[in-house]
Amino acid sequence: MLPPESDFEVRSLDAMCINESQEQLPWYHNFKYAAVGVIFGIAFVKTEIISWFRMQEMFRFQSFHMYGVISTGVVIGALSVWLIKKFQAKTMHGEPIQFHTKKLNRGQVIGGLMFGFGWAMTGACPGPLFAILGTGVLPILIVIAGALAGTWVYGAVRERLPH
Amino acid sequence: MIQTLSQPWPWWAGGIIIGLTVPALLLLGNRHFGISGNLRHICAAVFPANIRFFKYDWRKESWNLFFAGGIMLGAAIAATLLADPNPVRVAPELAAELQTYGITHYDSQLPPEIFSWDSLFTLRGFVLLVVGGFLVGFGTRYAGGCTSGHSIMGLSTLQWPSLVATICFMAGGILMANFILPYIMHL
Repeated sequence: MLPPESDFEVRSLDAMCINESQEQLPWYHNFKYAAVGVIFGIAFVKTEIISWFRMQEMFRFQSFHMYGVISTGVVIGALSVWLIKKFQAKTMHGEPIQFHTKKLNRGQVIGGLMFGFGWAMTGACPGPLFAILGTGVLPILIVIAGALAGTWVYGAVRERLPH
Repeated sequence: MIQTLSQPWPWWAGGIIIGLTVPALLLLGNRHFGISGNLRHICAAVFPANIRFFKYDWRKESWNLFFAGGIMLGAAIAATLLADPNPVRVAPELAAELQTYGITHYDSQLPPEIFSWDSLFTLRGFVLLVVGGFLVGFGTRYAGGCTSGHSIMGLSTLQWPSLVATICFMAGGILMANFILPYIMHL
């Protein structure tokens, strides 16, 4: 079942940031992440990653497009991480860059299949949800509300689920 | 220049930008790329309801909410300044299948037959939007990440739990699109 009560264990199940150094920086430093988000958001829309049609093509093997996007992303990401590790690169604030090992659990299988179902139905993973809202398609708020409800219910029943 | 950028971008352009997001966030401040965590932070900020999963200092993760805000702004820029007036090009096999479901509009990247307020009040629209959204939220948190956290960040750091998750994302999507979605679309 669940790991013993400890916030680190709870949080390390997540693909989320568990580095807590440099929190002493003022809040407006977060705008640098917003700037990365702007470029990312433009790419999401112009590469049609937000398109319900592209997702349907991907899951029916009717187009190479999304496979190309994801595999190029992984290759560039992996190459960057390899370089960061090789040269022990530091952050712009001089901190060492840390990586965390994820643990395998049944959630990646059961939750992964559930997300796959939802992904094919809505044509959107969480990143595109925010991007689609940005393009002004307001009915996407229904999907976002559904996703928030799903996240909340998971939080509420999590300790009774197999992990 | 603007005219070129307004065309749909090729897959490699999107892939390169998504891939470079990984080192950008690491070098800017040791941040690990992953978007679905924002759904959890919003729950923690707005209705934690004394649930242990939502009792943490979400403000420490506020960088990610700024990142999501940037995505929305970037998407707004792309949809206005870089808007493409041409209809979305879709594989002919898909267009033929969608026609049998009454989906015939290709002016936007999302079919208005599904993504509209009216659609919410049909059984098909409710299942696709509300149930589909619920599965996205529940599934990503249960899996501990989404396409960005697992498929991009996790695979980039060679974590095999992320490979398992990515295979399950794809398996779920392929099963849904080919075997279950046809029934939902006829609701």
